[in-house]
Amino acid sequence: MSALPDAEKLCAKLAAELKPRVGPNAAMVGIHTGGAWLAERLHAMLALAAPLGFMDIAFYRDDYHAQGLKHDPKRTRIPFDISGRELLLVDDVLYTGRTVRAAMNELFDYGRPASIALVVLADRGGRQLPICAQHCGAQVEVPAGMRLRLKRGVDGKLALALEAERAA
Amino acid sequence: MKLHIRGGRVVDPASGRDAVGDLYLADGRIAEAPAGRADRVIEAKGLVVAPGFIDLSARLREPGYEYKATLESEMDAAVAGGVTSLACPPDTDPPLDEPGLVDMLRRRAKALTRARLYPVGALTVKLKGEALTEMAELAESGCVAFSQANAPLGDTQVLWRALQYAATFRLPVWLRAEDLWLAKGGVAHDGEIATRLGLPGIPAFAETIALGTILELVRATGARVHVCRLSSAAGVELMRRAKQAGLPVTCDVGIHHVHLCDLDIGYFDSHCRLEPPLRSARDRDALARALVDGTADCLCSDHTPVDEDGKNLPFAEAEPGATGLELLLPLALKWGEASGLALAATLARITSEPARILGVASGRLAVGAPADVTVFDPGAAQRLTAASLKSQGKNTPFLGYELAGRVRYTIVAGNVVYEA
Amino acid sequence: MQRNPQLNANGELQHLLSIEGLPREVLTRILDTAESFAGVTEREVKTVPLLRGKSVFNLFFEPSTRTRTTFEIAAKRLSADVINLNIALSSQTKGESLLDTVANLSAMHADIFVVRHGSSGAPYLIARHVKPHEHVINAGDGRHAHPTQGLLDLFTIRHYRKDFSRLTAAIVGDVLHSRVARSLIHGLTTLGAPEVRVIGPQTLMPAGVESLGVRVFHDMRAGLKDCDVVVMLRLQNERMGGPLLPSAQEFFKHYGLTAEKLALARPDAIVMHPGPMNRGVEIDSTVADGPHSVILPQVTFGIAVRMAVMSMIAGN
Repeated sequence: MSALPDAEKLCAKLAAELKPRVGPNAAMVGIHTGGAWLAERLHAMLALAAPLGFMDIAFYRDDYHAQGLKHDPKRTRIPFDISGRELLLVDDVLYTGRTVRAAMNELFDYGRPASIALVVLADRGGRQLPICAQHCGAQVEVPAGMRLRLKRGVDGKLALALEAERAA
Repeated sequence: MKLHIRGGRVVDPASGRDAVGDLYLADGRIAEAPAGRADRVIEAKGLVVAPGFIDLSARLREPGYEYKATLESEMDAAVAGGVTSLACPPDTDPPLDEPGLVDMLRRRAKALTRARLYPVGALTVKLKGEALTEMAELAESGCVAFSQANAPLGDTQVLWRALQYAATFRLPVWLRAEDLWLAKGGVAHDGEIATRLGLPGIPAFAETIALGTILELVRATGARVHVCRLSSAAGVELMRRAKQAGLPVTCDVGIHHVHLCDLDIGYFDSHCRLEPPLRSARDRDALARALVDGTADCLCSDHTPVDEDGKNLPFAEAEPGATGLELLLPLALKWGEASGLALAATLARITSEPARILGVASGRLAVGAPADVTVFDPGAAQRLTAASLKSQGKNTPFLGYELAGRVRYTIVAGNVVYEA
Repeated sequence: MQRNPQLNANGELQHLLSIEGLPREVLTRILDTAESFAGVTEREVKTVPLLRGKSVFNLFFEPSTRTRTTFEIAAKRLSADVINLNIALSSQTKGESLLDTVANLSAMHADIFVVRHGSSGAPYLIARHVKPHEHVINAGDGRHAHPTQGLLDLFTIRHYRKDFSRLTAAIVGDVLHSRVARSLIHGLTTLGAPEVRVIGPQTLMPAGVESLGVRVFHDMRAGLKDCDVVVMLRLQNERMGGPLLPSAQEFFKHYGLTAEKLALARPDAIVMHPGPMNRGVEIDSTVADGPHSVILPQVTFGIAVRMAVMSMIAGN
């Protein structure tokens, strides 16, 4: 099994990639929890004018009927008007695509963006929906029975890690 | 019919006898050892042979409430519970305020040849608490006492006159001590539990205030009063002092009130909706002790079959009452064991003591006494299920409990009317 | 002792019947979830698709416009289908038992029953008889409990005061008949409020109320001293002119909240009322409309709290 890529390096790579592409209408929303951490870093690096938004997709998930409200939902805060924005939707790991589907549904309940570009740190494949990331840090292979997670140290440094999949 | 009950532990509370031995029954009475052979021998080794149990309150639901239970089903339940004599309260429909009704009921019961039935007549017409009934006539038809059952009697003038009238003919009056106004709308003991559950409460002083009134009127009239279903520690105190003062009063406690308290209502279990209400743990313990020291004379089942519809309602709307004839023995034994009593002392509370209050010759195993005998297995703990009850009333808070004490033979007037 | 019927075998909330018996963690979780929903109610599209396809049946055996309406709004904001059944007492006496009514509705594929009933314990009876996938929310049973009101009161207090561990709260009025009071008392004591007071005449205090963990005051001025939260209970007209209270005037004089009495509480004290208010009976208009009053925000919070309860329960 190859070593996991350095999250900090990937973050810097994404920022460099995004820099020439952000216009005056750009705004960023990070998906709790890993996407929010990543978004905090990118937002600062890109010095976006619009304040950073955070979202918790708990109320839009498609597995509510099977799992219920699993964890304590955090509050979605979008401190700018969505309508007409070129949104950068940020998440840490792209896998089945269901989280992004839920996030887009929720974003559209806030208004009508001009465009949404998906920015992810790592893509582990395994898509179950027609979703793709416009900006991706790296493709990562994840062994069966494991999950890929973003961790943040006490010093604020980001790192990717593999964990055993928790039984559903 | 000559019956020989062989080798059982013969317990006769009235005489204090408690020894392994034989009992002989002939011509409907307890007999000396006979010269010839018995018609039937009952092997009672390992079993207890006691006087048949006497229950001072069992509702048979006839006339009027046949959808809840019938004389047949409840008499079957009685003998399955070892009860050979029972008194039924007057709150039938119509109430037992007419000699004709009483007569009919007695004849129906007699024809069934199960337990002996002692009707308690209505104290007032239709139990309305206004006009006196023809107590002398009713007594001649077979009423052993007069009562309001659970119907309130708030008019103290009427109560006074009713006691005077009953005293005139030396007729006992059986009364529940509960002040009509203080109990109005209440469904549980007024205390912490009722407050938590948001249930309207009946304070304990609803009992003591009414009891004070009753005792004063007994003092004034000389009427013999039996107080039914004492429910509070304070009530026990009043009875104790009244007896010490020599008043002609007796009282009983219901089988539920020596074991359960308001905590047992739990999450609004309507099986605990009872009249009087289950009071606090302190009250329950005082009642259990009162039965030990004789302040409370006897235990009764207050058997009240309620159909499922009557209990499948929110607590305050549910019909009060629990089935009890088949639980009289196990619950008496449970109380006796918890109180550290000898078997004879325990059984006295359901045999010789209620016999004394009823004024009947059964309830003891002396030669010449009526041959009402119950043979039971004092161990044999069984889980109580609805299916195991013969009564049509399956409503009891004790469902699922493991209870010891199983009746094997019930004999009334020398005839085996039940065997298991 | 029976298992708490509100929690399923995994300790998850299956029904909401009473605040009493709910662990602190469950209460806190409900309040936190309600916090998230408060955000939803502030944006333009006020719905989330969480309960789409689910049916919420409002079974109100006691008339109520405001509680029923807030449950309806909450359910619709979760994209649930809502059916309102106002079962007047007279049609109940026409013969159909409570359980028969519920069984008939169950046959119409209900997911959540929101039940208000005049008899304490009615929702417990219903909860014992519903199918495993059906949930019961108590919208008020007799004098016993009104858990969603208690929760929205706790949410309100948390919003303005943050820290329950330093709180002195007073509940004023007809505690004897109040399910709102009982629920709030359980909530406050579970969340660790060090001093919960009840204020009212002896006739309106239930037996043994101290056992709920409260201090009883018959003198309102003494009871209000240094309070952070003052909750005024509604006094129903039927209580006047009988054996409990002589008149509204005398009640207002001694137990009504006026600016003058409120001044005895902390300067930043908040005033709450479950509604509807009887102005001039339990509360003065100047106080009801004044800067200490959070009575209107309570109503808004009520929607978020009910959304939280329904979404947590329906998923279990």
